Amino acid sequence: MAMTDKQTGSRLDPWVQAYASRATSMRASEIRALFAVASRPEVVSLAGGMPFVEALDVDMFRGVVDSVLTKNAKIALQYGAGQGHVALRESILGVMAPTAMTAHPDDIVITAGSQMAIDLIVRVMCNPGDVILVESPSYVGALGVFRAYEADIRHVAMDENGLNPTALNEVITKVKSEGKKVKLLYTIPSFHNPAGITQPQSRRAEILAIAEKENVLIIEDDPYALLSFDGVIHRPMAAVEKERVVYCGSFSKIISAGLRIGWAVAPHALREKLVLANEAATLCPSNFTQLIVDEYLRTQDWLAQVGVFRNIYQERRDALLGALKAQMPAGVSWTVPTGGFYSWLTLPTGFDATAMLPRAVTHLVAYVPGTGFYADGQGRSNMRLSFCYPPPERIIEGVNRLAAVVREEAELLKTFGVGGNK
Amino acid sequence: MRIAVLAGGLSAEREVSLRSGRRVAQALRNKGQEVFEVDVDADLLPELRKINPDVVLPLVHGQVGEDGSLREVLDVAGYKTVGSPSAAARIAFEKPIANQVAAAAGVFVPKSIVLPQEAFKSLGAPALLDSAISSIGLPMVVKPSHGGSALGATVVKSAEELPAAMVTAFSYGSVVLMQPYLIGTEIAVCVLEDKSGVKTLPIVEIVPDHDLYDYDCRYTAGMTEFFVPARISNEIANQANEIAIRMHKALGLKDISRTDLIIDGAGNIWFLEVNINPGQTETSLFPQAVNAAGLDLGEVFLDLLTNLDQ
Repeated sequence: MAMTDKQTGSRLDPWVQAYASRATSMRASEIRALFAVASRPEVVSLAGGMPFVEALDVDMFRGVVDSVLTKNAKIALQYGAGQGHVALRESILGVMAPTAMTAHPDDIVITAGSQMAIDLIVRVMCNPGDVILVESPSYVGALGVFRAYEADIRHVAMDENGLNPTALNEVITKVKSEGKKVKLLYTIPSFHNPAGITQPQSRRAEILAIAEKENVLIIEDDPYALLSFDGVIHRPMAAVEKERVVYCGSFSKIISAGLRIGWAVAPHALREKLVLANEAATLCPSNFTQLIVDEYLRTQDWLAQVGVFRNIYQERRDALLGALKAQMPAGVSWTVPTGGFYSWLTLPTGFDATAMLPRAVTHLVAYVPGTGFYADGQGRSNMRLSFCYPPPERIIEGVNRLAAVVREEAELLKTFGVGGNK
Repeated sequence: MRIAVLAGGLSAEREVSLRSGRRVAQALRNKGQEVFEVDVDADLLPELRKINPDVVLPLVHGQVGEDGSLREVLDVAGYKTVGSPSAAARIAFEKPIANQVAAAAGVFVPKSIVLPQEAFKSLGAPALLDSAISSIGLPMVVKPSHGGSALGATVVKSAEELPAAMVTAFSYGSVVLMQPYLIGTEIAVCVLEDKSGVKTLPIVEIVPDHDLYDYDCRYTAGMTEFFVPARISNEIANQANEIAIRMHKALGLKDISRTDLIIDGAGNIWFLEVNINPGQTETSLFPQAVNAAGLDLGEVFLDLLTNLDQ
């Protein structure tokens, strides 16, 4: 075949050689393509962790917004302070009160969702290559932040009580043997995303003691704190040890995710840096939505609304667990969350939840494959099931479909002898 | 003209289709047309009745969009529709059948084995896989028998990799196609029917970063290098153009198609597949060919829609 002279073709991106190395993993994927289908109403999505905002009274909320604009339009529509509006910082003390978490309004930095708080903490604490310890599995959004700052992410095993202290000590020892230091420990002690596990107080004390001994700063991500199904509101680690823990809270699950308001409670010196980092990143969190949240907290029975959410999620959790028990074939196991949004399902050996997802979407059910919750390729036989959004009857239908998918996949794996399935 | 652009649907190519639909819809709006973007679901026909379009432009990928069923529905409902008739779509959609048509039309088609999951179950997978390797050799490509965007396709380099590749392909469909992995110059020839007849656009040469022009390489700008026109001799280009037109006609396609080919080291041109509804995203091949021809995407589709109207 005669070829013409050497040429350079087009890569349809003039900046292809210019991207930072951290952008390497930012690309199209089959999994994302399948999630586009999951957004269709025909599909029962057990994938996304979307709060059930339909449970909010929209007319009431319209009144809150009207009130903000009537009373405070000049402030609401203006830039604000990098640390966040002082009135909301005061109100947040009341939101944290049921957890026994105490603070001064000046300890709080308001952020564009707690996701931004995580970003700011890593921004001021970590250089590329610094070690961050995370649970195994861990929240996909936090892993994305840690990757963006080119951190060295190490997973620590969990057991039925959450982060395992023995495993934590082992990983720290290994990191030290490599001549490195652990910079941060990121943990979701209550109603873990995605594992659905909660650390009892005794376990939290053990983790805090290790962090103290090894001089490690803890990021405590606690967005589900008030969504407990058994009446137990767990005391955060930050309520016990303020200098060692940065606490991240969020209104996304107890009011509305669309408001994008979260907060961090941090030790004084670190908090000052977080404020400066917040200003550099966004100038200030949205004054408009901060004032809406504050007005809502001050004028509405927000705790009763949390109760409404809690009852809805508990009913849905029960529907999920009941359907899993009734439908799933032998060899499949799952966690039993006592609050929050998620259960973590483990398939039998040899199953690959990522490879199975197209079959699931064809059967009009979706989940998040486990590998997304790891930085090191683990989680192939796991999936996260969210029970927060679909109503109970849809959850039951979704689990029925998922069980059929698992049975079909078992047949396929058996046929091809994959993963020891023969 | 009131134009309904159909996109989306429930296949794994939904996102690609939505992007194609948005791009073409905007290109047509830029030409002063009244365009309605419609997702394909149970409300499709009521939605179309409300819009009452002069013409329908389906840009739906995957099963319903490309296996002829959507076209059948639109025909029954009496809409003027751009693209291939349903009978032709049914043949083109199933890669093994399209391969037979290509072979009958005198086009080189890679040797292939086509088997449903049931065959492996009842006849024993290990023996069948061994036979497949003996027959086709390694490396081979394993893919579902229908569907686009290389979803579920894997290059298998060793016998140990084959069972997992089969599982991946069967996740997307119940029948799997195994073919030799051909090394050569991969090209795409886009065919367009206008008032003057059937013609081809400049040939696009595809050099992906991965072994396969897979989903990542197709839809991540920067992961594939394209040469338009392809770096091939005029003689080869003429042959490739002729093959694409031959396939378009042999399959009974209409208005638009894209034939994917590979040229081996000896200059033989092999048929890979034909697409009756080629992607129109920012990284898709058809818009690149249109651009290289000095045409405008909006003009091209407007011509197709206008021709239909006459």
